[in-house]
Amino acid sequence: MAFCLEVSGEFACFTRPEMKVERVSYDVITPSAARAIFEAILWKPAIQWQISKIEVLNPIKWMNLRRNEVESIVSTRTAQTAMKSGEGHLGIYVDEQRQQRASLLLKDVRYRLHGEFQLTDNAGPQDSAAKFADMFRRRAEKGQCFNQPYLGCREFSCDFELVDATRGPDPIQDSPDLGFMLYDLDYSDPTSPKPLFFRAKMENGVVTVPDRYSGEVRG
Amino acid sequence: MSLNHRYEFVYLFDVKDGNPNGDPDAGNLPRVDAETGQGLVTDVCLKRKVRNYVGMVKEETPPFEIYIKEKAVLNKNNLRAYEALELKHESKKLPKKAEDAKNVTRWMCQNFFDIRTFGAVMSTDVNTGQVRGPVQMNFARSVEPVVSAEHSITRMAVTTEKEAEAQSGDNRTMGRKFTIPYGLYRCHGFISANLAKQTGFGEEDLELFWDALVNMFDHDRSASRGEMSACALLVFKHDSVLGNAPARILFELVDVKRKTEGPARDFSDYEVTIDEDKLPAGVELLKYLD
Repeated sequence: MAFCLEVSGEFACFTRPEMKVERVSYDVITPSAARAIFEAILWKPAIQWQISKIEVLNPIKWMNLRRNEVESIVSTRTAQTAMKSGEGHLGIYVDEQRQQRASLLLKDVRYRLHGEFQLTDNAGPQDSAAKFADMFRRRAEKGQCFNQPYLGCREFSCDFELVDATRGPDPIQDSPDLGFMLYDLDYSDPTSPKPLFFRAKMENGVVTVPDRYSGEVRG
Repeated sequence: MSLNHRYEFVYLFDVKDGNPNGDPDAGNLPRVDAETGQGLVTDVCLKRKVRNYVGMVKEETPPFEIYIKEKAVLNKNNLRAYEALELKHESKKLPKKAEDAKNVTRWMCQNFFDIRTFGAVMSTDVNTGQVRGPVQMNFARSVEPVVSAEHSITRMAVTTEKEAEAQSGDNRTMGRKFTIPYGLYRCHGFISANLAKQTGFGEEDLELFWDALVNMFDHDRSASRGEMSACALLVFKHDSVLGNAPARILFELVDVKRKTEGPARDFSDYEVTIDEDKLPAGVELLKYLD
């Protein structure tokens, strides 16, 4: 079942994994971020979304932004100790653990995302593709979602609209080679997800996304 | 302990002769979108104020403790007794690691308001290593382009002996300060009832969150901020968990326009109109501050 969503937002940041400290976004949305948008509307363990095509409708624009961030994350060990003993030092003092980090963000983005889902091994006997397709269509048409979809980071929420895949504005007429791009993460070992990459090429504003098992996707 | 409705909100706040959010890349000038001239306030800036307010009102006690603290605001020793939490597993049976991690995450969510609300990156959760909170806030943007004014100020003192000698006892230093004469900012936010279930963010938390947005600027006074105040908090409450209308449609109902000529200097120079006739079925508008 194929669906097409038009999404747009003021800012976006699809962080390149090799530049995570001072975040730098990819030029266009990654298949994994696009998948997450579909999943924010409907996801069940019984289905798996696959992105087939990304159309870029707005020119690629950048903006630099620096924010104060903290360097540490919640430590499990400290939390566990506090839990067991009933007291402890918990909390992060931001003034002591401050990092100023820049992000190179995309501005004013608009994409048409083409995605479809397949049933997975978790699908029960009463699950059918048609049922989920109806559910997705109903939700997307009404603007319903599990949580508000976003463009790479949660502070960059996006609007979404279910559109007819064959109509609408033309994509931009650019054909840059985007190089190796994050495809998605392989969660087959849930304790350590493995990144997968593919060679992304935009042709007249359209990035065709290969199938996960096509051999073009490398882990 | 969770929500049964999806929410979106439009939050308006203004600044008079102050700097709402400095840009570290531009020598602490107010953040500006270079292309449009509109002022920006980042999501993290507003979340910081929510945290400070909740920490202050609830005096840093569980279940409303704040995890990401600011020493300047809360210089308290946070060594305190927690309500002991019964682990589900008996110690005789070694719990699986993942289950243990889940319990820690749950316990952190129960005790800390900001983890429940905004989520946190926790090294416990194996999948992506984070708890996603139900409250999602975007950057706030000024309704009209803002102008930053630069002020030179003098201090009748110096920091070091050496400076004093160099000035032969004049003892003056010059400083600089940037302000925005006036700016009205608009922020959009989202609250997902589904994610609230996962972190245990409940109705009481939600009321506290609205309360924080309404009052937080009154407890965040400083030399740089000038006069900042919340002007309006318009909340769209959906009938259902998944929502009854696209967020975009709801945000478009709230129109903020100028009603006077010349540069704006007060909230009364703007008119906020809400087209309530066009409110989609199943969505209710709540005005927490108007």
